[in-house]
Amino acid sequence: MTVFKYGDDINTDLLFPGRYTYTCGKAEEILPHLLEDLDKDFASKVKPGDMILAGKNFGCGSSREQPALGLKAVGISAVVAKSFARIFFRAATNQGLLLVECPAAVDAYAPGDEVVLDLGKGQITVGGRAYAFPPLPPEMLAIRDAGGLLPYARQRLKATRGQ
Amino acid sequence: MGKTFAEKVLAKKAGLDDVVPGQIVTVRPDHLLMHDNTSAIVSKVAEDLKTYGLVNPDLPVIAIDHVVPAVDEKTALGHAKIREFVKAYGVKHFFDVGDGVCHQIVVEKGLALPGQLVLGSDSHTCTYGALNAFSTGIDRTEAAVLLLTGETWLRVPETIKVVLSGCFPRGVMGKDLVLRIIGDIGADGANYMAVEFHGDLSAVPQDDRFTIANMGIEMGAKIAAFPVDGATEAYLAAHAPGAAYEPIWADGDAAYCRVLTYDLSKLEPLVAKPHTVDNVAPVSEVKGLPIQQAYLGTCTNGRLSDLQVAAAILKGKHIAPGVRLLVIPASRGIFQAALADGTIATLVDAGAMVGPPGCGPCLGAHQGLLAPGERCISSSNRNFQGRMGSKDAEVFLGSPLTVAASALTGLLTDPRDEI
Repeated sequence: MTVFKYGDDINTDLLFPGRYTYTCGKAEEILPHLLEDLDKDFASKVKPGDMILAGKNFGCGSSREQPALGLKAVGISAVVAKSFARIFFRAATNQGLLLVECPAAVDAYAPGDEVVLDLGKGQITVGGRAYAFPPLPPEMLAIRDAGGLLPYARQRLKATRGQ
Repeated sequence: MGKTFAEKVLAKKAGLDDVVPGQIVTVRPDHLLMHDNTSAIVSKVAEDLKTYGLVNPDLPVIAIDHVVPAVDEKTALGHAKIREFVKAYGVKHFFDVGDGVCHQIVVEKGLALPGQLVLGSDSHTCTYGALNAFSTGIDRTEAAVLLLTGETWLRVPETIKVVLSGCFPRGVMGKDLVLRIIGDIGADGANYMAVEFHGDLSAVPQDDRFTIANMGIEMGAKIAAFPVDGATEAYLAAHAPGAAYEPIWADGDAAYCRVLTYDLSKLEPLVAKPHTVDNVAPVSEVKGLPIQQAYLGTCTNGRLSDLQVAAAILKGKHIAPGVRLLVIPASRGIFQAALADGTIATLVDAGAMVGPPGCGPCLGAHQGLLAPGERCISSSNRNFQGRMGSKDAEVFLGSPLTVAASALTGLLTDPRDEI
């Protein structure tokens, strides 16, 4: 597993440039441009199960959902950051992408450290040192467990309105 | 203990007596704003819409504004799909190419009223806080589900109170105030939070309030809200005549996580330097840097008063050789008013190009992008690297006055030197 480490205020234009926003919406269209202006090698290097570590305010800026959708589609297992911008937090939750807010773990990471996430325990281990993170609210866990907001909403619509 | 604006609106919308910060509530928004992304949103739930229908034809407000007129076949097809959806489901509030930027249309057409809850699949949906609405951005998937259910969850935010006093000095506008706040608290200084504006607001015109609320997202805020006063009432009387609304405002003893105070008379013209909005400096610190483009427009600063103050600087003069001044009125109504009062003629005589109402180059889609090594002074809201064309270009954000003064000299210019 590779850990990609980035800094503070990684905005949505760096994650997915605005110039593609209205021509690329599907996962396969998004992937070649993911993080294009931040880390041009990301799209070719990333593999399912990889993780992103970042500083504060990850995902700030636009409400475009391609960053969240793209990171989920390439198989990023979690983004661990010091904090997340609000709209990105919702977008990621709605795509079923796992976000973990844990400043201490981000600070502790040195290149080469093994990073292990234990969602059940609410604990992240970086190079053998364990750090706790707050549990996700139940409303968001329910969306994630359903595989994202669309499947979650479909389950509920089916239950309440039949069909 | 009293309640904040956000607590009161969300309690009312959730049908609860009382809510507290951190609580998650289920709400039904009064409107859902969508723009060019409507086609992508609708395609996510095309089959579900056939089964369950659109929850309410009055819910969506759709304005095609981001890439207008269509730049290529793919965009044109997206626009065509939006028109099909509007027709098929009887969407009541639809604004086609050329009508203007979605956020300007919402306020001009009375689609965000005091005390209402408006969600939108665009981060600058927070603009309507200037009219005392609780409005904030969401992602496309959430917008898609709202079309089916009309319902979503919101976390009740903590609130920052900003207390204003005094009057703007010559050459200083609402844009400079909001840049000052963002520079002070940082791009995440209000992340997840509400921001309320208090104090003496009599010297803050309604257009400046739109600019300030619009940039709430640039400090991370969920909403940026103003109370209803004479300026709000006058705006609503002109744009939503006869509309019934119930203003909501914070109690005097509400609890805030932070209080900031600003004396407007102490402010000076500011810019946000590349490549973050919180990289704020006085114009005087960067003046003299050559520019190749000046951009006046967007949901932040493309209103009539913005065009008028720029025209006042440029009247009878001509922009510097080698500078492109791009003017894009935020709506058809603004364009018409600026034509009628001579503002457009003044700007064109001074060397400006005028584009059709829309988002233009702000998001880097088309109409005036930057080459590597170029520098632009822009009245828009974001200067992220690569946002407006080349990632090797520089975007400085400033007020319409700073944009006009800089276009005139070809250098970043303190507008107080040109008024």
